[in-house]
Amino acid sequence: MFDQTSFLPTKELKNFKDRIQRVARNEIALQAPLVDEEEFFNHEVESLLWDLGLMTLTFPEKYGGYRKGRNVALCIAVEEIAKVCASSALLLIIQAVGSFPIIHGGSNELKQKYLPQMSEGRKLVAYLVTEPTSGSDIAGIQTTAVWDGNEFILNGSKCFATSGGVAGIYSVLAKTSEGKGNGNSSFFLVERESPGLSIGRTESKLGQRGSNTTEVFLDNVRVPAENLLGREGDGFLIAMKDFDMSRPAIGAQALGIAEGAFEAILQFIKEGHTLGKSIADHPFIQTILADSAMLIEASRVFVYRAAILNDEGKNSTKFASMAKCFAGDAAMKITTDAIDVIQVLSGYGFLKDFQVERMFRDAKLTQIFEGTNQIQRLVIARQILKESMSFNK
Amino acid sequence: MFQLDEEQRLILQSVREIVEKEIKPRATLLDETGEFPWEAIRIFAKNDILNPLLPRKYGGVEVSIYTFCMIVEEIAKACASSALLLIAQAEGTWSIVCGADESLKEKYLKRLAGDSKVLTGLGAIEPSAGSGIFSLPTRAELRGDQYILQGEKCFAKNGSVADFLVLYACTDPSKGSRGISAFVVEKGFPGLVPKRDENKMGMRGTIYSEILLENLGVPRENLIGQEGDGFSIMLKTLSASRLFTAAQAVGLAQGAMEEAISYARRRVQFGKAISTYAPIQFMIAEMATGIESARLLTYQTALLFDQEEWRKAGTHAAMAKLIASETAMKVTTDAVQIMGGYGYMKDYPVERMMRDAKLIQVHAGTNQIMKLIIGRDLTGIS
Repeated sequence: MFDQTSFLPTKELKNFKDRIQRVARNEIALQAPLVDEEEFFNHEVESLLWDLGLMTLTFPEKYGGYRKGRNVALCIAVEEIAKVCASSALLLIIQAVGSFPIIHGGSNELKQKYLPQMSEGRKLVAYLVTEPTSGSDIAGIQTTAVWDGNEFILNGSKCFATSGGVAGIYSVLAKTSEGKGNGNSSFFLVERESPGLSIGRTESKLGQRGSNTTEVFLDNVRVPAENLLGREGDGFLIAMKDFDMSRPAIGAQALGIAEGAFEAILQFIKEGHTLGKSIADHPFIQTILADSAMLIEASRVFVYRAAILNDEGKNSTKFASMAKCFAGDAAMKITTDAIDVIQVLSGYGFLKDFQVERMFRDAKLTQIFEGTNQIQRLVIARQILKESMSFNK
Repeated sequence: MFQLDEEQRLILQSVREIVEKEIKPRATLLDETGEFPWEAIRIFAKNDILNPLLPRKYGGVEVSIYTFCMIVEEIAKACASSALLLIAQAEGTWSIVCGADESLKEKYLKRLAGDSKVLTGLGAIEPSAGSGIFSLPTRAELRGDQYILQGEKCFAKNGSVADFLVLYACTDPSKGSRGISAFVVEKGFPGLVPKRDENKMGMRGTIYSEILLENLGVPRENLIGQEGDGFSIMLKTLSASRLFTAAQAVGLAQGAMEEAISYARRRVQFGKAISTYAPIQFMIAEMATGIESARLLTYQTALLFDQEEWRKAGTHAAMAKLIASETAMKVTTDAVQIMGGYGYMKDYPVERMMRDAKLIQVHAGTNQIMKLIIGRDLTGIS
């Protein structure tokens, strides 16, 4: 429906997109209602994503990464998959988010040791930052890492960890010095088998129910010094850089969900469920179609602009937040309206037999995770103020 | 205008206690299992609030429409599904109260008296009609001393569990809306076949059924009023139902806002309770303003019903349903937002409330239909 050519500079990326689209429609779409209904992690879809090479898109090229324009590639993959199943798309995002501190903070030796385990050994990674008392306030984490000889000892509780119960490797944020500043925390690579690491309960969620969300506990977990990612105190900085990559990806997920709902509306209209009237007699449907299409096109501009800026190594923080916030709010509105359209046309919009009610539930999460949309607005405003001040100088 | 009298105050207090003790603790499980709230029925029946609109003449309490809305709102604060029970009962009852002759009223309304757990409901919608109920493919033909009904109903609240239902069918297709008639049918009448109960996103503790009418024989005396009276009875019933739905939406929104406020005051981020941050206060201010406006319109409309200003009441009921359910959708969505990751989890009630709110936007006539009703009335186009 939507021509992406303006954001797809190469034929290679176009082929890349088409290949994912085929698999998403032919194979992943069929699984979506089931994983939602039964709320389980689907290893079949996971294998598919590995087979397609999508789980390592943001890795260095020799470990399976996309050759050039990795953020754009990630967003394309996420968008295409989210059109049919947001949960499956989330698996790609969390793989990129969780491996970011390792790729950008790990020593060459560490990367040589772990990246092949992930790319060839197909290990999943989880990102352990959020804690029961620390969500948007990353600097407020309580988990600690204390030097002991050649090791760090980690203690703390993490929650809402995507892929927490199925991951083999964790990127864990912990405090390495006292106080509450931004330079007091660091990332560590922790293996699943480490003594003292345990998985708590698996959460039951409103949407994106095919993703695995758990608590993870760290009880005197010993980690070798070389598993420190980046320098001591770099944790906050790495987390912020990770956001520059992950927020456009969440935007791409929201965009995909919105497009999925939009396609469902069009499908329904084409099938002619119309209260015995022609669709032209329903101006409210035309309004929703027009509004939805505008929001989708605008979301796309935000998402790919942010991803391209990041690929070019430029400051993309403002656009990353805009992409996430705008596309998330748009997806919520479009999926909410989609239920109305199908309801008016058929009376069935809110029933589980139809896909849009799932998309409506899935969309809500895009307004919340990777920083709520309230936080995004703060980030955007701060970036604007920062830019205007440096301009005035 | 909105001063409560002593009786209303007492009723409200007793409903509050029942909700706190019996309904709220069951809401999560009800949603999770999607089961019918038999326990709520027992509790409501025991406390005289299952059919509060039932006239005294037939053994009821006969509260005003205004008081009924208060009761619905109060229950919906904790559990919208349980509140819908009362609405479904009222829909079945109201059609009979509005249109039936004395003997039919005696026969059916008395069954709802006292601590009766008899269930009723309304079958108006058909698969091919949706909100466009003015053309009913379901036919009713008089043969001897029986009407034979043939057709299909969907989204009938309480459909498969009701002891008696009010169904609408067309007795004379040539007359359009004036050819519609209303009937009381009992569970067990041969030909009344429950097909299936829907699996829904929200309001999961309620039953919406598909019902087949396969040569369903209905005794002639179960016709409500005269042939052709159906349309005006249906309009009155649906108007009332929209008002009750507005009250339900106001309650749901209020419940979600209270959850969000209580969380925001407890949740500390960046060293302060998040309730102290302007973006959160803005969201809460918008919630409260929306709820208060919707509540005012809802109770003003309730007064119009009590004063029997039917024409104005119908349009106002559509307005109340529209604004209250749009408000409930926004408030519940924002309540999840304020509660962040916790709000999205099943351990907290706001994600359920958000799913319930979406259903309120589309049931009792979609909000798009509400706008048509309001627009047509104001522009004089029928």
